[in-house]
Amino acid sequence: MEIFGIPLQAFLGQLLLGLVNGSFYAMLSLGLAVIFGLLNVINFAHGALYMMGAFLAWMGMAYFDLNYWVMLALAPLLVGAFGILIEKTMLRWLYKLDHLYGLLLTFGITLMLEGVFRSIYGVSGQPYSVPEALQGATNLGFMILPNYRAWVVVASLLVCFATWIMIEKTKLGALLRAGTENPRLVEAFGVNVPLMVTLTYGFGVALAAFAGVLAAPVIQISPLMGSNLIITVFAVVVIGGMGSILGSIITGLTLGIVEGLTRVFYPELSATVVFIIMAIVLMIRPAGLFGREK
Amino acid sequence: MNKNTIIAIVAILIALAAPFMMYPVLLMKLLCFALFACAFNLLIGYTGLLSFGHAAFLGGAGYIAGYVIRDLGLPFEIGIVAGVAFAALIGLVMGSLAIRRQGIYFTMITLALAQMLYFIFLQAPFTGGEDGLQGIPRGSLFGVIDLSNDLTLYYVVLAICIAGYALIVRTVHSPFGQVLKAIKENEPRAISLGYDVDKYKLLVFVLSAALSGLAGATKATVLGFETLTDVHWTMSGLVVLMTLVGGLGTLAGPIVGAIVIIALENRIGEFGTWMAVTTNIDWFRSLGEQVTIVTGFIFIVVVLAFRKGIVGEILAWNSRRLLKAGK
Amino acid sequence: MKLKPIATGLMALFAFAAGSAQAQMSNDTIKIGMITDMSGLYADIDGPGGVEAVKMAIADFGGKLNGKKIEFVFADHQNKADIAASKAREWFDTEGVDMLISGTNSGTALAMAKVAAEKQKPNFVIGAGTARITNEECNPYSVHYAYDTVAMAKGTGSAVTKQGGKNWYFLTADYAFGTSLETDTTAVVKANGGTVKGAVRHPLSASDFSSFMLQAQASGAQILGLANAGGDTINSIKAANEFGVTGTMKLAGLLMFINDVHALGLGQTKGMYLTDSWYWDQSDESRKWAQRFFSKMKKMPSSLHAADYSATLQYLNAVKTAGTDDGAKVMDALRKQKVNDMYAKNGYYRIDGSMIHDMFLMQVKDAKESKKPWDYLKVVQSIPGEEAFTTKAETKCALWK
Repeated sequence: MEIFGIPLQAFLGQLLLGLVNGSFYAMLSLGLAVIFGLLNVINFAHGALYMMGAFLAWMGMAYFDLNYWVMLALAPLLVGAFGILIEKTMLRWLYKLDHLYGLLLTFGITLMLEGVFRSIYGVSGQPYSVPEALQGATNLGFMILPNYRAWVVVASLLVCFATWIMIEKTKLGALLRAGTENPRLVEAFGVNVPLMVTLTYGFGVALAAFAGVLAAPVIQISPLMGSNLIITVFAVVVIGGMGSILGSIITGLTLGIVEGLTRVFYPELSATVVFIIMAIVLMIRPAGLFGREK
Repeated sequence: MNKNTIIAIVAILIALAAPFMMYPVLLMKLLCFALFACAFNLLIGYTGLLSFGHAAFLGGAGYIAGYVIRDLGLPFEIGIVAGVAFAALIGLVMGSLAIRRQGIYFTMITLALAQMLYFIFLQAPFTGGEDGLQGIPRGSLFGVIDLSNDLTLYYVVLAICIAGYALIVRTVHSPFGQVLKAIKENEPRAISLGYDVDKYKLLVFVLSAALSGLAGATKATVLGFETLTDVHWTMSGLVVLMTLVGGLGTLAGPIVGAIVIIALENRIGEFGTWMAVTTNIDWFRSLGEQVTIVTGFIFIVVVLAFRKGIVGEILAWNSRRLLKAGK
Repeated sequence: MKLKPIATGLMALFAFAAGSAQAQMSNDTIKIGMITDMSGLYADIDGPGGVEAVKMAIADFGGKLNGKKIEFVFADHQNKADIAASKAREWFDTEGVDMLISGTNSGTALAMAKVAAEKQKPNFVIGAGTARITNEECNPYSVHYAYDTVAMAKGTGSAVTKQGGKNWYFLTADYAFGTSLETDTTAVVKANGGTVKGAVRHPLSASDFSSFMLQAQASGAQILGLANAGGDTINSIKAANEFGVTGTMKLAGLLMFINDVHALGLGQTKGMYLTDSWYWDQSDESRKWAQRFFSKMKKMPSSLHAADYSATLQYLNAVKTAGTDDGAKVMDALRKQKVNDMYAKNGYYRIDGSMIHDMFLMQVKDAKESKKPWDYLKVVQSIPGEEAFTTKAETKCALWK
């Protein structure tokens, strides 16, 4: 059976792979959106911290014999702590300034992190094997899907959904959203806004690290894995709307699928299609598809 | 003669003598990057617009110039002009799209459009993709001056860069430049005064793009090749760094910034090799890799503590000194 | 006055930037330079091992030539043509390098070959595969020493097609090497009565091959030709296993080295063919040298490491014969030499720059057949040099017409 001249098999296969990629986009853009929403900082270091999460998973296995599941919990905590350190020592001095300085600072942090890992581990990837429980593949008829990739989709959807619930439906989330709109007022109510800000940053980068551990068995763990991804993730966040949580999740998944579709018909364009969409969205609806103009 | 003229003359004298003391190819690379940074500074330092897509102009012009000279067989001058024209055209398109938005959205659009151009160059057959556009011949200037000699080419490049820089200085000091500064300080007020702000922004964007293109086209001819490195977004980040380190909104700042960063790239490798040879520890050779770490570190320090950049801080310190002396 | 600090500052800056950059001619040393991938996807097959091999050669030669000291510098091009070309030019202009070994990566090799030809210095291409070096881009100073894409195509391509692999689909690294390999293999497949159903390009050092695997499967071809190398080949094979491509297609690794087999293990590479110029276990001489290499690098050498060693000695002998380090004269002396060492027997230099030597079609052993560590390959067939490389009828080199 064919759709526009492409066999259905290839079509569905690429779509599914696109969904897997989309899960990564969703998680990473979620972290970015959360951070931008509250801190007004474009966290360029998101890619490098995602890479750090993956490397920690590898190091945990290589040096301490800690398995995947342990690192899935541990790496986000470690990277989150590291993020809190960054926020407390460096970022907080920049809040009064133009938020371009936050972008530049985090860009500098990215360079440093990548440089350090690169000088130790070189550029070629470190292999990381799929955990036993998730090995093997399922024959779906139209393609053979490695079980691990199915897990990636499930895990990221769970995490994204949990985050969304927490932000939109709980009291903590309400405080967070209020703090975004009017920090002074919230502080006047006795809430420790700076602490909230710090923890938010830590949480955002912990999400990135989680995505990194998820990615470890799929992609080559290399110091450059973050920078290959970060620009695309920026585009996703801009399309979704810079402060919108739901926007980034939906946009991330959708754009992953769109990329997959493009790969079926016009593979060379698949890397560019996200930027084309972003340029169009910025023309028509500058706040993003789900965002509100600040 | 005022102070600035004297400084300018001293600088030119140094530049004229330099190729006899240093590797001319390195100097030419330095000059091109200095021009690139100065062109970029027009936008960020004097108009307050941060573009994260300037690599498109540098590399794009380089590719076009290379193609014109190598594959179309046209002379050096035509290649340079073609490169500049291409950069100006891209600048026009990019600018008119980006100008519609403010602040961070402006930056994001420039980034997105530059990425699109990156992928176009990656796929286009004439660029050679990952292999790069190789073997760009130097030819001769106006059919008369043979450029294969490094020394001759150096003086030609110096002349080009001084011309570009002079244009920037004139622009900054002109009434047009005053309006730009007004836009940077308080855009709503500039609008209320009746200035067509969008037109000014577009004009300076195109000018910045064209001069970046001049730097890119010249550099491609000097080095004899053009690769994807020059259109990658990290190159856009590098020019931001150079301008920031040197001093936003100062005329000499970007030049200083470019010298510092390029010198760093070169010297770190040498320093590493020297350390490796002296101590017999091979790890030091990889100090060349550490350029990124040092660059990142400088970025962080400058953003946190020395936002005015080297030249900016010197000027500020100087005016504080004069103020104290006045008391 | 503002004048002094800024002017002094400017001068200091220039001085700082300058460093050592004065042009020095190496009239008192013979300097060999090597620029290869030291940290990326090709670091294993050449990289630091290649550096070690050259050092071994210099030491074996005696460290001195006619009283002059032999020096060696090396650099990492990070698979970027601009870094490679700039470094090569700088070395020739300011460091007095007399001979350049360009390592893996065809894009960088092409760039460096141009610089070497411009500066009229001998350039040994060891590790980069593109046959363009001895065809369209041939020049009097390049020597393509170890292997090229034509030899790979004629070796592996022809063997697999003759075995019944009639229709092919290519997974190609999107740069000079990949495209060369794909083109050359396509020609061989068609010449043997086969067909090519299509091809897909992947970026160099790609991180995820899953979508390419899907496209390969959709093609319905029997053979998946891997027109890539190093880390890319390793990852392609892993992905092929992961997505069950190996169930419906056979893999043809068009450029593989022993290091790749080592990384993947005999299980994932069972029965695969590869064409190579040298195997560590092929003779007593080779075993002896391999053991020396192993004691330093803790892994068995690839054919590229052996070629680095052999080529260095060839160059040094040519300089000795010529009595000078002048590029043109050394190339003349070199072309009169024969290669008879642990790397190749009865090898000779052709006018297009190829070093003609026999190639070997090898196959990966079954796990049962492997008796000792690194015992991975068996030689199936030996291909005479004249047949393996570009023939006079096929050549596009202007120097050989």
